[in-house]
Amino acid sequence: MASYSTSEFKSGLKVLLEGDPCSILENEFVKPGKGQAFSRVKFRNLKTGRVWERTFKSGDSIEAADVMDTDMEYLYTDGEFWHFMRTDGSFEQLGASKAAVGDTVNWLKEQDVYVVTLWNDDPIAVTPPNFVELEVTETDPGLKGDTASGGTKPATLSTGATIKGVPLFVNIGDTLKIDTRSGEYVSRAR
Amino acid sequence: MEAIAARANLLTTIRSFLWDRNIIEVQTPLLGEATVTDADVESIAVPGYGFLQTSPEYFMKRLLAAGVPDCYQLGPVFRHDEVGRWHNPEFTLLEWYRLHFDHQQLMQELAALMDVVLGPKPVKIVDYADLVDDIKAPRDELDLQFASACAELKPGRFFVVNYPPDQAALARLTETGAARFEMVIDGVEIANGYWELLDPQEHRQRFAQDVERRVQRGLPTRHVDSKFLHALDHGLPSCAGVALGVDRLLMLAMGKRHLDEVLAFRS
Repeated sequence: MASYSTSEFKSGLKVLLEGDPCSILENEFVKPGKGQAFSRVKFRNLKTGRVWERTFKSGDSIEAADVMDTDMEYLYTDGEFWHFMRTDGSFEQLGASKAAVGDTVNWLKEQDVYVVTLWNDDPIAVTPPNFVELEVTETDPGLKGDTASGGTKPATLSTGATIKGVPLFVNIGDTLKIDTRSGEYVSRAR
Repeated sequence: MEAIAARANLLTTIRSFLWDRNIIEVQTPLLGEATVTDADVESIAVPGYGFLQTSPEYFMKRLLAAGVPDCYQLGPVFRHDEVGRWHNPEFTLLEWYRLHFDHQQLMQELAALMDVVLGPKPVKIVDYADLVDDIKAPRDELDLQFASACAELKPGRFFVVNYPPDQAALARLTETGAARFEMVIDGVEIANGYWELLDPQEHRQRFAQDVERRVQRGLPTRHVDSKFLHALDHGLPSCAGVALGVDRLLMLAMGKRHLDEVLAFRS
């Protein structure tokens, strides 16, 4: 198995730490004036999202994790797994668990493409695009012509997610552009 | 731009402080035939020439042995593979020597320079032993505990004193440990000084230990600087010396948290 030594540590590097795949967030070089050098490293555990901090002696190495980000098209869910298909022409399908999908479940639309993080070919995380377009399935009736009053209301989307801050003129059946990073309404999509 | 002006200002402040105390500026080679044997300091080799110097210490001590009075050097030094928020392979070092000073007197002078550069503030004294859990722990554990504890010495100015004898580097030994000090400001190591060891035989023993440690760790061999030893045999006058990281001092003076913010170019 490949491994990386401390001098190769950089942010974004995927490694195995205590059996879990992690991504290096930050690597700080620490060295007392006349003492040995160390690397103080912050990792994000790619399975749990938690941030870990560990210190390594210079020259120590850790195992590389076979982690890859892949574009995949969302197909459907059977309630237990969320199924995605590779977009490389292989049509290979993989099922992501509830833990892997996480909050992205709020932004999943069939036939849209998501970044699926694979560890040893097993999905461990699903990242939505920064913006998605989803249909409104439930909201208070729209106020015709009111495009400028500035009032807002909540709306429920086809995924079941509810977002706040939707303008009053939005109706059921409208398609909205959402910023997935903040979960906020951006605009009405055409 | 702001950092460039602040650096010019800092260098002028340092030079005028030292000038006022009759400490003269010297220039010694950045590229030397020999280099340090210290197992924790890696030099950059220049094939066919020797090594980029990790500090002007040996050259300056040769000057002192030849009769040069109190002196300082302010310029670049080089260390292999030290890159990070607080490290760059090329950095600016101020090193100065005071004849017939001990480390206590030099600590006072260093504190006075900090008062001029950063504004007056008291300096607390901390024992090395109080910064680590167990002074008898193996060296690599000690180094890690020490580095972590230093990072917590904030806010304010601190002198760490009474280093264990095996971390004396080139400091004399006294009853309370090595006559070595480091200054830590807001959690950052800023300077390292000694009441300088004079005995040529003890130098030879310490260098031999360095060489042995290098072999154990599989590091490249470094030959002891014979011209430096020769100067010591001739006689180094009693003195104290200190080396200070000028880029870090500039960071502190400007309230910056990354070397990128004070270096126009990084190596």
